[in-house]
Amino acid sequence: MSELHASPQKRDTILYLDGVSVSFDGFKALNNLSFYVLAGELRAVIGPNGAGKTTMMDVVTGKTRPDEGQVVFNGGVDLTALDEARIANLGIGRKFQKPTVFDTQSVFDNLELALAGSRGVFQSLGFRLTPEQRLRIDEMLETVGLTERRAALAGDLSHGQKQWLEIGMLLMQDPHLLLVDEPAAGMTDAETEETAQLLKRIAGDRSVVVVEHDMEFVRALDARVTVLHEGSVLAEGSLATVQNDARVVEVYLGR
Amino acid sequence: MRSAAGPIVTAVLGDATGRIVVGLLVAAAVAVPVLNLMVPAGSPLHVPPYVVALIGKYLTFALLALSVDLIWGFAGILSLGHGAFFALGGYAMGMHLMRQIGTRGVYGNAELPDFMVFLNWKELPWYWYGFDAFPFAALMVVLVPGVLALVFGWFAFRSRVTGVYLSIITQAMTFALMLAFFRNDMGFGGNNGLTDFKDILGFNLQAGGTRAVLFAASALAVAGAYALCRVIVASRLGRVLLAVRDAEGRVRFLGYRVEYYKLFVFVVSAMLAGIAGALYVPQVGIINPGEFAPANSIEIIIWVAVGGRGSLHGAILGAILVNFAKTYLTGAIPEIWLFALGGLFVAVTLFLPKGIVGTVPAFKFGGAGGGWRWRRLVPARGRSEERP
Repeated sequence: MSELHASPQKRDTILYLDGVSVSFDGFKALNNLSFYVLAGELRAVIGPNGAGKTTMMDVVTGKTRPDEGQVVFNGGVDLTALDEARIANLGIGRKFQKPTVFDTQSVFDNLELALAGSRGVFQSLGFRLTPEQRLRIDEMLETVGLTERRAALAGDLSHGQKQWLEIGMLLMQDPHLLLVDEPAAGMTDAETEETAQLLKRIAGDRSVVVVEHDMEFVRALDARVTVLHEGSVLAEGSLATVQNDARVVEVYLGR
Repeated sequence: MRSAAGPIVTAVLGDATGRIVVGLLVAAAVAVPVLNLMVPAGSPLHVPPYVVALIGKYLTFALLALSVDLIWGFAGILSLGHGAFFALGGYAMGMHLMRQIGTRGVYGNAELPDFMVFLNWKELPWYWYGFDAFPFAALMVVLVPGVLALVFGWFAFRSRVTGVYLSIITQAMTFALMLAFFRNDMGFGGNNGLTDFKDILGFNLQAGGTRAVLFAASALAVAGAYALCRVIVASRLGRVLLAVRDAEGRVRFLGYRVEYYKLFVFVVSAMLAGIAGALYVPQVGIINPGEFAPANSIEIIIWVAVGGRGSLHGAILGAILVNFAKTYLTGAIPEIWLFALGGLFVAVTLFLPKGIVGTVPAFKFGGAGGGWRWRRLVPARGRSEERP
């Protein structure tokens, strides 16, 4: 694969976007976007509406093909040539903005479907859970606080519980990198705080990229922040640093 | 040691619904022929031959409805062209029955079916070769619809054609086939189709015994297809399909190749529809291009919707009830049938969105009261501790 730029963190870079551009009918959703995420890092991505946050996730997860640029995962794989299923199986999990779970199936079954392992059609016909896999699901139910609701239909969960279930499903995939789109949207303050703690626990073993609007939530994450604006990186650093950046203030407070 | 049979039996007969449906079908397969052949015609218990033929036809429709419910109810694939697979299975059987006529045709030509003699054809087209043999024809009954579904599904699902767009192209597919089969030079009898059959496997098609066996075969085919569908929907594959129905994007991002899952179930469904067509043709004695008509395919959807989408036994019930109503109404007041059918669909959509089995308590075999949930009707195997 292509040689990465002379990045000092080359070995420890899990995700590297290099000059990625995407346009829709002339509108440049991403404009020569470059940034990297380290292995084990928790990263917050913020930016005003239309800054390209969701498009960036679409490009990384294979939903959208960029017009230009490279997306290098785990030090060598170019993701721009692969489809969603392939990218998911390489170890990238994605949480949607609107909680997306399988409403007509139980919480347990939702986690089971996400369980890392074979994704083949014919294997799935004769699939049976092993005791170890069952234990993993039980542990995950505990992690996301849904043990009591294991038999409930996912459609009957509260909004916050659905968000947590979806995060649980992502973790069942055993990903190296999680892309999480506005996990705190529609949550109560207590749930928001718990979600931030959960994401902080997850990072370390894995890299987590969180796209978020809610500044309180970003503060609670206590992570390095990347500010996107008009499809490229406007500023990067700690929350305090970017909040004091004159350009960031201008973008957020109006022009 | 786990045997493979255990989970399969549980998936099919593990709940009251499965036992009732399979029980009723097997009972019908035995009782109706017995009451028709063994009980004298004067007895009140006698089942007259026309009823055997009628219910036998309904059962082939029930099998067709099952095939549609498998993809529509459990994978969200709304096919408005499933009549095409039914008709292709029917034509494959019809071609075999045509070859069985031999010299008994009007022209007494052992080499060519009557319609080809009439068209002045000199030799049998290559695609008629092999249909003399029943095993070959039986293979074609599932292979032709299966291959068409595979090719069609491959392009449609890989290009991610979903929802109403998919429905429209399935409709276009059956319409195109109808126009093709109407043409005389296609070699399938054109407008008139294939008819005038004499016998099947050496047994006279008009004989009571043959008709009783065809009836029993239809009932058992529905039972077998029902069992197969239950095994599929109770497996993890079935749960992936439900997940595709409810949130396709999520399934992709979990790493599943959605198109392969859809393709599998679409092909299985097309094969079941083909078998339904093959059982239909010897019982009604004719197959013609009218079976490809788009309206036929839409009617199947109405059967499933009336019975209850996504429950399997609802499809069987819906097909039988709607066709019974059709037989009755087209006899009693023929001019209102189409209005009644349209009205039925509107009424079911508005007032019974879950169909009869989702609404009428007597048909909720699985559980008492509460909301209708497919999971209560189809428990997954060996996972009972996950149930409430």
